[in-house]
Amino acid sequence: MAKAFSEIKWKYYLNYVAVAIVTVVFGGLSIAGALPSSTIYLLEKIAISITLAVSLSMVVGFLGELSLGHAGFMCVGAYLGGKVSAVLEPMLARTPAGKEIALIVSLIVGGLVAAVFGIIIGLPALRLKGDYLAIVTLAFGEIVRSIFMNTSADSFGGALGLETPRFDKKYLFIIAFVLVFVCLAVTQNLIRSKHGRAITAIRDNEIAAKATGINVTKYKLAVFTISSLFAGIAGVLYSYSNYTVQSSKFSYNYSIEILVMVVLGGMGSINGSIIAAALITFLDIKLQTVLTGDLAVLQDLVYAAVLIVIVIYNNAPGLKTFREKYNLKNFIAKFKKTKHDPARVHDDEAKWDRVPTKIKMDELLSMDIQPSSAYTPDKASKEDK
Amino acid sequence: MEFIETLLNGLSIGSTYAIIALGYTMVYGIAKMLNFAHGDVIMVGGYMIFLSLTSVGNPILGLLAAVLFCVLLGISIEKVAYKPLRGASPLAVLITAIGVSYLLQSTAQIIFGSAPKMVVVADFGNLTVGELTIPYYMLITLGCSVVIMLALSLFVKYTRTGRAMIAVSEDKGAAQLMGINVNAIITITFAIGSGLAAFAGFFMLMKSPSLSNTLGAMPGIKAFTAAVIGGIGSIPGAMVGGILMGVVEAISLTIPAIAPYTDAIEFLVLIVILLFRPSGILGKVRREKV
Repeated sequence: MAKAFSEIKWKYYLNYVAVAIVTVVFGGLSIAGALPSSTIYLLEKIAISITLAVSLSMVVGFLGELSLGHAGFMCVGAYLGGKVSAVLEPMLARTPAGKEIALIVSLIVGGLVAAVFGIIIGLPALRLKGDYLAIVTLAFGEIVRSIFMNTSADSFGGALGLETPRFDKKYLFIIAFVLVFVCLAVTQNLIRSKHGRAITAIRDNEIAAKATGINVTKYKLAVFTISSLFAGIAGVLYSYSNYTVQSSKFSYNYSIEILVMVVLGGMGSINGSIIAAALITFLDIKLQTVLTGDLAVLQDLVYAAVLIVIVIYNNAPGLKTFREKYNLKNFIAKFKKTKHDPARVHDDEAKWDRVPTKIKMDELLSMDIQPSSAYTPDKASKEDK
Repeated sequence: MEFIETLLNGLSIGSTYAIIALGYTMVYGIAKMLNFAHGDVIMVGGYMIFLSLTSVGNPILGLLAAVLFCVLLGISIEKVAYKPLRGASPLAVLITAIGVSYLLQSTAQIIFGSAPKMVVVADFGNLTVGELTIPYYMLITLGCSVVIMLALSLFVKYTRTGRAMIAVSEDKGAAQLMGINVNAIITITFAIGSGLAAFAGFFMLMKSPSLSNTLGAMPGIKAFTAAVIGGIGSIPGAMVGGILMGVVEAISLTIPAIAPYTDAIEFLVLIVILLFRPSGILGKVRREKV
């Protein structure tokens, strides 16, 4: 049954609209030739970061498993996609739209190969829990990097890096943003579906989820695979955006950088991941030009300090009362009159429409309850004795 | 002959890993957290040795200064960054630890610059027995590590504090009921772990004199891998895992065909071992209770 126009939760689609507006506005400017190349570069990097952060947030924020190997999947995508496009492009040089075909094929190949790696590493790794899974994913990332670093120069470039073909910079970031849109749609629809609830149930209590008949392994593997698919796609975009792929880029530090975006954005919040990814990438690139030499580390220092403060503030059990008193939600609520919504009792975190679980006291008292004939209070109290 | 030299090299690398892994595993056993910043404490220890070598010139004094500073650093990291998060989700603690790791690395780079420093601890020379040529630093590393490991095992087994540590790692709540000051035990654990990290920094500088702000990053990750291989939380496990990692590294470095892939092989060992024993070689399998 189609929903009435007014029933659609517009709040859910706000991020699509935002991404679409950014794509159309900047895309139009770029095609018209009004964008400087530095802005185009920035937009490419932002799109790649958002794809990475949203896909990692599926694993960390919604499935509740820590992966420290996201850069490893990206590395697979970057190398494989870069290689495919480097091979395809000379072959398709004569055909019309050869460059575009090479890009699309390499995106598909890079994503799929990364997804296959996601399954390969996920099958054994998902038997493990928490910290063990974290170290195995970290190990995977380092293995992949080390293998690509030691390949011969004519296969994957080895230590010098793999050169990839160029694509018109005017259009590349538009494609990247379209892929952000796709990633967003897949993630959001997955999370808000029946399967998404199963995934969050696994995060909240794995044993209880198992007991209710959720196939934990299947869901874990599915999330892992989808997440690595998008990491691979982001990798292909990275290879196109940078012209060369260097294995040193994909060390565990980069995985941690993506993790920081997810954490700063708020675990289990897709919009938070998007904003944090865009903001951090923006600051990264802007500060790179301002701070040079050893001063560039100042940026890392500030990041680290901010990260520590935010995580402690958000999680410390001792600060709970303080946190509840002074938070952004209360601050906004002061300025905004919200209408009463029976589905939201005590401002709980229920994200979906649900039946009101609390009955208002005055409704209960005004109810007219007739004693049934079979029940007499006197008799009952005697039997009790 | 060459094989014995390789083996000795492996044992000396491995005992350094084991010393670092002990820090990881003890903190994990007692505070149930991955101290990602442990590797960077090694680096701080390295810089302390560098500072005292340039000012005083005595390597032993340098080592003592480094141990003292690292102990204080470990305690203050625990108090400032980890203590407020006790009882929070493990992921939050892990991310704070990552933050501390970055903080230490970037602070070191701001103070000392990014160019590596040459730190020649002392020239020990080689021991020659027949056809064998063994550098003395290997023997010193091996000997010191064995002494440290023995002392630590005895400390944990026979002293009140050591037994309190075991009690806390087995059941924090019950230990508290028995009158053990859990907070103090956690602080002591961090102090011991960080002190060991300073020793590891000393051993690493004896082996190769180049010191930069990422000195502890890779060895830290490898030692952590070693701790997981041995079964994280288990002290003998960390020793076994560390030695295993070191021997694998030394052997793989001598075979030209696989030498470039040494890091990958070490991590592969981790994945293979965890496939067959998901809680490590000596780790206990814990059934999850509802």
